[in-house]
Amino acid sequence: MTDTLPRRPGAAEAATPPSAASSSRVDLGDLPVVHTKHWFRWSIGIVVLFVVAQFAWSLVTNENYEWDVFAHYFLSEPVLQGVGLTLLLTVVAASIGFFLGTLLALARLAKSPLLNSAAWLFIWFFRSVPLVVQIIVWYNLGYLYPTLGLGTPFTTDFWIVEFPTVQLISAFAAAILGLSLNQAAYSAEIIRGGLVSVDQGQLEAAAALGIPPRRRLTRIILPQAMRSIVPNATNEVIGLVKGASVVFVIALPEVFYAVQVIYNRNSRVIPLLLVAVVWYTIITTALSIAQYYIERHYARGTVRVLPPTPLQRARHWAGVQWARLGDSETGPAPLVGVDAPVVAKATFQGSSNDAKNSGGAGA
Amino acid sequence: MTTVIAETATRGLVEIHNVHKSYGGVEVLSGIDLAVQPGEVVAILGPSGSGKSTLLRTINHLESVDRGSVTVDGQLIGYELRGGKLYELREREVLERRTQIGIVFQNFNLFPHLTALENVTEAPVALGRLSKDDARELALGLLDRVGLSDKAEHYPRQLSGGQQQRVAIARALALKPKVILFDEPTSALDPELVGEVLDVIRDLAQLGTTLIIVTHEVGFAREVADRVVFLDGGRVIEQGPPAEVLVAPKHPRVQDFLAKVLA
Repeated sequence: MTDTLPRRPGAAEAATPPSAASSSRVDLGDLPVVHTKHWFRWSIGIVVLFVVAQFAWSLVTNENYEWDVFAHYFLSEPVLQGVGLTLLLTVVAASIGFFLGTLLALARLAKSPLLNSAAWLFIWFFRSVPLVVQIIVWYNLGYLYPTLGLGTPFTTDFWIVEFPTVQLISAFAAAILGLSLNQAAYSAEIIRGGLVSVDQGQLEAAAALGIPPRRRLTRIILPQAMRSIVPNATNEVIGLVKGASVVFVIALPEVFYAVQVIYNRNSRVIPLLLVAVVWYTIITTALSIAQYYIERHYARGTVRVLPPTPLQRARHWAGVQWARLGDSETGPAPLVGVDAPVVAKATFQGSSNDAKNSGGAGA
Repeated sequence: MTTVIAETATRGLVEIHNVHKSYGGVEVLSGIDLAVQPGEVVAILGPSGSGKSTLLRTINHLESVDRGSVTVDGQLIGYELRGGKLYELREREVLERRTQIGIVFQNFNLFPHLTALENVTEAPVALGRLSKDDARELALGLLDRVGLSDKAEHYPRQLSGGQQQRVAIARALALKPKVILFDEPTSALDPELVGEVLDVIRDLAQLGTTLIIVTHEVGFAREVADRVVFLDGGRVIEQGPPAEVLVAPKHPRVQDFLAKVLA
């Protein structure tokens, strides 16, 4: 282990004079590496770069984008309210959906055949009916059941409390019902998939140690299942952000409905759709970043050393540049991922050597 | 009946009486009788498919039995015998009783997302037996005992197979079991790592815990076990002190097996 630790820059050069390269006992760590030239990779890269540049150029020069209109509406009140409603629908429906989904997944895995088939039926039904249809049906539930309340079972003549359905289920409630029940059905399968992917031996070991069932689930099985649940669940949530746009059928002013109202008035269709597109992109970006860190959290123990985050990487790169600029004797600390005892030093030997070499070249 | 025995029995008496177990019409255990005395070290040998692992798993009720009974200090693990009827125990009670019996698996089954230390503290904390700090102290002591005090903060995947198995042993010890079951504890290990695990088991054998070890290490069985039990076709076909069973076996199947293993 000691010889893999990053050495101080000056010392290495002094220890191995250039003539050492010609001898048969070469220390690879002390020599500069001439990398292979990847011509094909480079030419494809240039083509891609050209296409991207062409597109970017058109974004700026094509006046049909009407960026002034875009700028005018991007932060306008109805659009911001629409974004707010989209976020609210997403958060509420995702929370209810994943909570119900967890219960459904557990019911599907339970030993009771009754719970099993009830959960299966729920999932089967809500995956079968299109979301739009569901939302419209919930909104119009009054046609089926004019009043809802508590009373004598299997009769309709005695009520303790009774409400007209139309009052009880507003457009917002109908949207939440449709979105979250639909979400529950899909997330149940994602969660169940995650739970069954955990090795049976884990459950056995936990049972043999006398760990109570609930803790077995929350402390042993779920954290391991999250590895496969998180990517799929994020997919679902991102799908939900955009799926929430179907609530425009019941005239709820989420962001897509909001821009429709505006462009129906002023006919600036493209820039207003771009407003919605950019907002959806921003939300998806935020969710993707969250996904990265959540996945990282649950990756504890699955790899020997976690790779550094982009932020850590950037900081390290900046450190290297700084060291080069300042002609500093000591390079930056080696780039080390979190949760990395001892082994990390060996793994990141390469990067610390880079730092050393660049520092040495300047000297 | 159970209570009387439980009061008179010393720690770690395992009684297996006429145990039968089938999987889908195939009988894996066909009437096993075996009594393991407190503090005794029993090695169970036998060809693959002879029912060794299944027998071990019936002892801590990871498998239920079809006929017969398994008791530890006179206590059934999964049931309560009252008035001539077997009452299935609630899961919590099964778990409580099961903690008297530790098990070490062939493929370790450490919790990969918890550090070595957390693997050991998990059960005593989950069962509310120890505070987090006390569990930590206990766990550090146990890791030290298996020679891994410097690996406490490592995740299982950062450890070698032998080290992982030693953590698994420390984890089993954390509940202070009366009986420890070993299910081929060295089968998944590289040959040069087998020794370090056997050393730990050898130490345990000195301490008076009842050990039941399913193993293929005939040499180790001879050295450590008080008694060797040979299983074949779901039955005990020969048992006795290792010096007899392993040196001068009477049953032809045992002679056969030993000839192949020791060849």
